[in-house]
Amino acid sequence: MTTNPLDADRPPERTRAERRAERRAGGGRRDESLMVPDVKFESYYGRSVVKPAPWEADIPAYIFLGGVAAGSGLIGAGAAARRLPTLRRNARYSALAAVAVGGLALVRDLGKPSRALNMMRTVKVTSPMSVGSWILTAFGAFAGLAVASEAGQGFLDRDSGLAKVLRVADPAASAGSALMAPPLAAYTAILLADTASPTWHESYRQLPFVFVGSASAAAAGLALLTSPPEQTGPARRMAAAGAALELVAMHRMEGNLGEVLAEPLRTGRAGLLLRASKALTGAGAVTATVFGRNRVAAGLSGLALLAGSACTRFGVFEAGIESAKDPRYTVSPQRERLERRRAEGVTDDAITTSR
Amino acid sequence: MGFWKNQLTGPTDPATDAAWDTGKPRKGFFTDTSICIGCKACEVACKEWNAVPEDGLGLLGSSYDNTGALGASTWRHVAFVEQDGDRIATARESGRRLVDLGMPALRATAEAAGGSSDGSGVTDLRGATPTERTAVGQRESTGQPFQDGGSAGVAVAEAEIPDFRWLMSSDVCKHCTHAACLDVCPTGALFRTEFGTVVVQDDVCNGCGYCVAACPFGVIERRPGEDTVKNAGIAQKCTLCYDRIGHDQTPACAQACPTTSIKFGDLAQMQDAARERVDVLHDLGYPEARLYGANENDGVGGTGSVFLLLDEPEVYGLPPDPRVTTAALPDMFRKAGFAAVAMLGLAAASFVGGRRR
Ligand code: SF4
Ligand code: SF4
Repeated sequence: MTTNPLDADRPPERTRAERRAERRAGGGRRDESLMVPDVKFESYYGRSVVKPAPWEADIPAYIFLGGVAAGSGLIGAGAAARRLPTLRRNARYSALAAVAVGGLALVRDLGKPSRALNMMRTVKVTSPMSVGSWILTAFGAFAGLAVASEAGQGFLDRDSGLAKVLRVADPAASAGSALMAPPLAAYTAILLADTASPTWHESYRQLPFVFVGSASAAAAGLALLTSPPEQTGPARRMAAAGAALELVAMHRMEGNLGEVLAEPLRTGRAGLLLRASKALTGAGAVTATVFGRNRVAAGLSGLALLAGSACTRFGVFEAGIESAKDPRYTVSPQRERLERRRAEGVTDDAITTSR
Repeated sequence: MGFWKNQLTGPTDPATDAAWDTGKPRKGFFTDTSICIGCKACEVACKEWNAVPEDGLGLLGSSYDNTGALGASTWRHVAFVEQDGDRIATARESGRRLVDLGMPALRATAEAAGGSSDGSGVTDLRGATPTERTAVGQRESTGQPFQDGGSAGVAVAEAEIPDFRWLMSSDVCKHCTHAACLDVCPTGALFRTEFGTVVVQDDVCNGCGYCVAACPFGVIERRPGEDTVKNAGIAQKCTLCYDRIGHDQTPACAQACPTTSIKFGDLAQMQDAARERVDVLHDLGYPEARLYGANENDGVGGTGSVFLLLDEPEVYGLPPDPRVTTAALPDMFRKAGFAAVAMLGLAAASFVGGRRR
C-alpha cells in the first residue's frame, strides 16, 4: 500500500472474486454477438512457437522453375514420340534451362553454398530434401542428355560415331526425363509439407496435386509461348487439364485446412498472390483452349499460365512462412485437436500429463 | 517390417534405432520450473562453455526476459511470465482438469522415497510429504478440499492463490525421441548420439535450413552473420554438452543451476524424479503442477528434456500438442506418388488423345 496522495483519485481496488463475478456478467463491455467463437489462445508475448524456414525468394523460384522443367521434360518426351520437332527441341531446351537456373537458386539459398555437394553424401528417405536432390540430379542428367542429342542432330555428321550414339541415347533421354519429371514436380510439395509450419504441413494431402497441376500448366504455357501453334495442340490440352487440376486441388485444400489454417492463404500478400494466380491460370487456360491456334493469343495465354504458376508457388510459400510466424496458427489448431481427443476419451497421448 | 516399426513415431529407444550398441543409458534433463529463480546462470554457463556468440542486446519489454527465444545463439532461454490471481486460478483449474482426466497419481512412491537433502544447501523437496507441507512450502492452506484422484484418497487442501506470481522456466532443446530436425536433414549433419541426444556436426551442415522449419518446438536455427562469426550459416542448437557428457561431466547449464531446477542424468531417472516432484506439489496443494514431455505416447515419442510446468505449455511458448512432422511422411509420399501418376497420365492423355494440332 502506498500513501501517495494521488491514490485518492484511483478507483477502488476490487477483490479477485469481484473481478471474476464482473467478468462472468460480461462486464457490459463485450458485444454478445461476438462472443460465440471464443477461441482461447495463449502465447508467450505473441512470439512464434515454431520457427519459419529461413528461406527466401530463391526457394519458391526454384519450386516454380522445377515445375516448369518437369512439365517441359514431359512435353519434350511427348513431342519426340509424336514427331513434333520444334516443340520437342524447345521443350528440351526449356527443361534444361529451368532445371539449371532452379538448381543455382537452390544453392544460393544455402547458408554455406560452398558445401552444396554435401547433399550428395547420403541418401535419406526420411528427408524430402535428400530425396529431391537425387530426383533433381537424375532429371538434370536426362535433361542434359536430351539437349546434347538435340544439339548433336544439328551439327554432327549423320554417319559419325557420336551421332550414332546419340541416336541410341535419344529415346533413353526422353524416357528418363518423362519418368523423373513427375517426381520432380510433386516432391516440392512434400518438401514444404514435411515441416512444422502449420499451413504447409496440414495441406499435404492436396498440395502435391496443386503443384503438379501448376507445373503442367506452366510448362504448357512456356511451350505455347515458344512454339508455333501447328505443333502445340497437346500443350493446349495439357494447359487446360493442368490448370483445372490445380484450381480444383487448391479449392479442396483450402476447404480441408479449415478456417484458421486457410487464413494465411487468404490474407496479406499470400492472399493477393493466390487470387492473382487463380485469375491468371483460369484466364490462361481458357484463352489457350479457345484462341490457342492464334500465335499472339497463344503467346499471351502462355505468359498468363507461367505468371499464374509463379504466383501459386510464391503464394503458398509465403502463406506457410506467415503461419509459422504467428503463434495462433500453431497453438489453436493443436489445442483444438487435443481437446477433441480428450472429449473422445483419449487421454494417454498428450505431451502434458498430470504426472 | 520390424526395423521400420516406430522409426517415425511411437515409443522407442532412439539410440538403438540409430544402431548404437554401446549400451549407454539415454541421458536427459529434468527442468523443474517450480524452483527456478530466473537467475539465467544456465544461459550464461551455456554461452561460456560452448562459445556461443552474442545474440542481440535489446530490451524486449517482456518482464525480465531480454533473451527472447531459443535460437542459433541461444541454447538455454529463461522465460518470465507475470500472472495475476485470476490467471493463477485458471492455471490451477486446468491442472485440476488434467488430474481428473486420468493417469491416477501413485502417492505411495513419493512417501516411500522419504525426505533427504542433497548436501548442496538446497532443501530437497522430492521426498516431502503432505504433513511437511507447511514447513517446506511455507504456505497456509485455505482448507478447501481438492479431489486428487489418488488411490490413497487423501483430501488435500489447496494452497492459497496469491495475488501475483512469476513463472520462470529455462527452456532448451527437447532432444526428441523422434526428432524432426534429424529426420529431415538431407546431409546427415544432424545425428543421434550414443546417449540418445541430437547433435549437429558443424563441419557437415550446409545450412539448407530444413531442420529449422521442421522442429515442432522452434529450437534449432541457422546462425546469421558474416563469415567472421563462428559457424555462421550453419544450423545450431543445444548439444546436451556432448563433449562434457562423453567424459561423465554434467552439462554446463545443469552444473551452474544454483537451485537444482535443472537436473541432468539418465532419462529414466529424470522421469521418475519428475513424477515424484509433481506428486509432491499436488500433495502440497498445487494442482497446477504438470509434466511436459514425460509421455512416450505423445506426438514426438517423448522428449529427452522433461519439464515440470505450472501452467499450460503455450503460456511458456511451448506447443500444446506437438507432433513430429515426419510421422505423416509415408502418407505424404503416397499422396505425392498419386499426384505424380496423375501428372504422367495427364501429359500422356494430352499427347495421345485428340489431334496433333
Ligand atoms: S526437433 Fe527440435 S526440439 Fe526436437 S531434437 Fe530437434 S531441435 Fe531439438
Ligand atoms: S541446416 Fe544443416 S543441420 Fe539443418 S537440415 Fe540442413 S544440413 Fe541438416
